[in-house]
Formats: sequence, C-alpha cells, structure tokens
Amino acid sequence: MAEFLPMTATLAAKKMELPGVHTLSLALDTQLPFDFDFGQFNMLYLFGAGEVAISIMGWDQGLLQHTIRAVGRVTRPLVELEVGQQLGLRGPFGRGWPLAQLQGRDLVFITAGLGCAPVVAAIHHVVANRDQYGRIVILQGVKHHADLLWQAQYRRWQTLGECQVLLAASEEHRHRRRWRLGLVTELLELAEFDSGHCAVLMCGPEIMMLAALKQLALQQVDDDAVYLSMERNFQCGQGLCGHCQLGPYFVCKDGPVFHYPQIKPWLGREGL
Amino acid sequence: MTRRFLPHRHLQRLHQALVQAGFEVIGPQVKDDAILFAPLNNIDELPWGWQEQADAGSYRLQHTAGRRAFAWNTGPQGLKPWLFQPRQVLWRAEHTEEGLRFRAVEPEPRRLAFIGLRGCDLAALAIQDRHFLDGPHADRFYQAQRQQLLIVAVNCGRSASTCFCVSTGDGPEARSGFDLLLDELDDGYLLQTGSERGAAIAAQLPLKNASGTQVSEAKAWLAGARRQQRVMPSEAELVQLVDRLDHPRWQQVAERCLACGNCTSVCPTCFCSKQEAEGDIRGRQAEQVQRWDSCFSEQHSYITGKVVRADIRHRYRQWLVHKLATWQQQFGRSGCVGCGRCIAWCPVAIDLVEEAQALLADKPQEDEHG
Repeated sequence: MAEFLPMTATLAAKKMELPGVHTLSLALDTQLPFDFDFGQFNMLYLFGAGEVAISIMGWDQGLLQHTIRAVGRVTRPLVELEVGQQLGLRGPFGRGWPLAQLQGRDLVFITAGLGCAPVVAAIHHVVANRDQYGRIVILQGVKHHADLLWQAQYRRWQTLGECQVLLAASEEHRHRRRWRLGLVTELLELAEFDSGHCAVLMCGPEIMMLAALKQLALQQVDDDAVYLSMERNFQCGQGLCGHCQLGPYFVCKDGPVFHYPQIKPWLGREGL
Repeated sequence: MTRRFLPHRHLQRLHQALVQAGFEVIGPQVKDDAILFAPLNNIDELPWGWQEQADAGSYRLQHTAGRRAFAWNTGPQGLKPWLFQPRQVLWRAEHTEEGLRFRAVEPEPRRLAFIGLRGCDLAALAIQDRHFLDGPHADRFYQAQRQQLLIVAVNCGRSASTCFCVSTGDGPEARSGFDLLLDELDDGYLLQTGSERGAAIAAQLPLKNASGTQVSEAKAWLAGARRQQRVMPSEAELVQLVDRLDHPRWQQVAERCLACGNCTSVCPTCFCSKQEAEGDIRGRQAEQVQRWDSCFSEQHSYITGKVVRADIRHRYRQWLVHKLATWQQQFGRSGCVGCGRCIAWCPVAIDLVEEAQALLADKPQEDEHG
C-alpha cells in the first residue's frame, strides 16, 4: 500500500484504444503484493506534472492496467510516456464492487461513455470466474460505434456464448450487426436476467445512471440490487482534501462504488 | 475546582514558565489592523486595551481605556494555520541515476504554547482533530504538530456582535482541551488547570487564592459575554437543510456572493486542500505541495472536462449545507463553532446565521426528486 508517498512503476506496454485514449500497463517496482478490489482507483503521478485519479482497469500477467483519456493537464503528457519510463503511483484507494457478496446472482453491467473502466475491471473478474455467477449481461452505450473501447474484448465476450452483450450507439444512423441505435437504457428490455435474483453494476454519466435506474424500477429490480461507481474530484485519496464530497460522503473513501440505497437521496441533484 | 489568582504584574512569569518548559510562546498581537497570533517575546506585545468592532462585512480594531489583553474576541485566524498549514510540501520526486525516486517530507513540529485561544477555537480544534486524526488515514503533519501543543485558553469577557457561540454550545467559556484557563479581571487573572502539564506550569507561578469577589466578578463578565445578538438554529433544525436544496434563497445569496472563499479561509474548521506539482527549473526535482483550497473555487469540483458545482449557488449551498448539516453526519456535530469569522470577513456582508434562519424559516417545498 502506498497511501501517502508514491511508489515507482515502469511503463511496460502502451496501447492506443482510440485516438486520445491509451491503456498503460504498469510494472510496479516493488516485491510487495499489490492487493486491490475491482472498482478501486490509483493516483498516477507524472514527474513535474502532478497526480491524477485513474480507475484500475485490469490486472494482466503481473501488470496493472489503466485506461486513460488524454484531456487534462496531467493526462495529456501522461499518455506520451514511453515504454521503459517511470511514473509514480499511490493506491489503491476507495471501495470496489462487492463481487464476493454477489456470487450466485445474475449480473447486469451497465456502462456508457468512456469512463467505464471500473465496470470493465469487474467484468474481467467475473468472466474469469464464470461458474461462481449466474447469467452475465453486459450493456454498453456509446455515441458512435467507433467510440467503443476495448473492442476486441467485447467481441470475445460476445462470442464466448457465456455472456449476453448488448451495445447501443446513440448518435449513429447506420445500422450495424449486434448494435442497436439509441441509448444504453433501451437495451435493458432486451437483457435476459432474473430481476428477483440479480445485481446491477453501473458506471458512467450520472444522467445515464438515473435513466437506467428508472428503467430498472420498471423491470422490478429492487434498489437493493444496484451498485454504482461515482466520479468526483479525487486528490488525496484518503478522505482528507474534501474535493470529492457528495452530501455526507467522501466519494474517495466511502465510494467510489456505492450501494444505491445509500446514495439515493444525493443522486440526480444538480450541482451537488 | 478552587481557582487561583495571578496578578497582572506577574503575567510575564507565565510567559517565562512556558519558555523554560521549552515552548515557543505564540500570542495575540495587533498586526495589519487585526488581532493575529504570532511569536510573543514578552507580554507587553499582547493587544492591551484593544478590542474589535465586528459586524457583517466589517472588522475594526478600537483602543479602549481598559487595561485588558483579551478584550477582543477573534482575529481572522485562530489555530488552524499553525496545525493545517496553508502551504505544506508533502513529498519530493527526483530523477536520479537509479531512476525516479520519491522522498517523504518529514514533519518539523515546533513546541508551541498558545496564549489567548477561546472556547470557539478549542471547539474548532476538536473538530479538526476528528477530521485530520480520527479517519483511516491521519494527516502526518497535523498529527506531529498537534502533539507539540500547549494551550492557555481565555474565557471571553464580552462578545463581538458577530459572535454566536452560545447558540452552538462552544463558548463563551472554554470547557475542555486547554492546559490552563484564564478569566481576565481588571487587576489580574483567575487561573484553572486543565492538564498535568498545565498544573506543572501553574506550580511555578506566584499564585494567590482567588477571593469570592474575584470569582463572582469573573462570573459576571462571562454572563455579559453570553448576551449575544445572533442565534444559530439548533443542530436538529440545521440537519433539515438537506431538505431545502431547491430553496429560492440559494439563488438570492448567490447574487451577492463573490465566491472569493474568504469565509472558508477564516473558518477554523474548514479543511479542504488541493495538491499541486511544483518543479525546479532544471527539471531534476519536483515537489508535491498541498495548499488550502475552497469549495467556492470553480476547480474544486472539476472532474474530467466538467465542473460539478458550476454556479455560485451550488457552491454556496455546498459550503452551508456541509458546514451545518452533512457535517453532522460526517463528524457527529455541526461544523460551526459560532466564532462569526465568516460573517465579519465576508466582503459583501453575507451572514451565515441569517441565511440558515431564512432557509429554515418556511416549510420545505415539495421535493420533486422524491
């Protein structure tokens, strides 16, 4: 655990997912085990530029994966790092998905936009432990077909025959096989799961999650079955700096994954 | 507890005893037309005869004929900047021949003895302790300095018009958290001890037993300080602010608020900070620096490509609802200690108490969001 002082990590591989979106695979320069839950995040530090909070997207062959959209003062130079160069890493922070508690249930993953790494991390885990869960439904919405991250991964999940993968593009007019035109929430009607014995794991824009929550209620999914990953400004990661507050919660330590009933009163209120 | 009396002429002995015990003495002084805490070389530097005339948007020092060092109530800052520093280097990064290296900055606490803190200051300290020390991750710098603190508190003998500590239950007397406690009389000080360290200091002072008259005189001054103009609603009422998120009052106050962050800066319990990377000109070393931040800044709620609290109305609502309502859920009490600093130092005279009262005055509107 590196909560206060960063540890060093070396960029082992870099993959462009989309223009401006890169997955960095990091080798931690430590012999100590790095225990984390899917849904947690790290603070990545680029020398001289500063820190940025990035969700853990996956763990593959001893490498920690983060998918980064280059939009800010730190993320833009961060994705310019070359293989072999070093960066700093603090973490892991926050609470992840309670996957162990959800064993045996049907799982419905709902994401939209680019910020879906926390959910993708959880999908990786449940697919790898397929026999511990019921049906797996993956719903992903994007604006354009080409915006879909990790396309190869989704294709594999689609063809495995073990998950139902439903994709929607909201700003396309051309039909494409396996895609629906429209919003991710419209996919819920096509999803095959037991609403009485499921768990829903969501992340993405709040407006999408609110629409999905409405649709889930129509489909008799209990609030108690829903978990959401929230995004706020994270700087310290330790519940001290105050930026990530949402009502009474410090999202960086009380979340970012919340049980829906816990934050229901604070969702969908403009400017909180 | 029997109280002892320290004549005015022996106050310097208290200073000496603190210095001999290895403390750097920090006391109130007149600086920049305000009362500020600074290293105190001798008791002549105390603000003898000075008191403030404070009101919404106004703070003026006035010299009076009385010979008292603690006739004032608050300055713009109490203890906060000494424990939670406005600028703190957290760690350093360096490119070395062996690669990137990180080095923690070690806290350098000073042994500090504060003279002149009030009930509200100590209540604020207890709140900041809960935030910086009691969570899963303690703040190393706050923790180190906190352990090196000795406190000589003073009961308030008057209240500024901005004070409302009676209604928050945090003053005008200091109830806990001090090593020594003074009541100021015209000819000297009643002295109580609050800790063994305080008792050890008191043992070195030429104290007399306080007379019955002196004790009643101190009581009378405290009673005078209890007469305050402002009354903050109770915590049970304040918690209902979470049902007032759509109140039209937020827009009204936003039209006056400059989002300058003065209120969060002078608030003794506000704890927000941001982190910035600062590099040296050769690009070999960089520092990670923590600075005070304010929920009134636009950047405070920035997340990838958007600002969550885009309007001043959202930011004022965040400050007030957090301070008075959600703070209770986080820390078991309101984040307001009734010091009135945010009222006096607001450049447009926004009054926290008046806003809280107005927001709670009428029944909550129908909550459309269920």
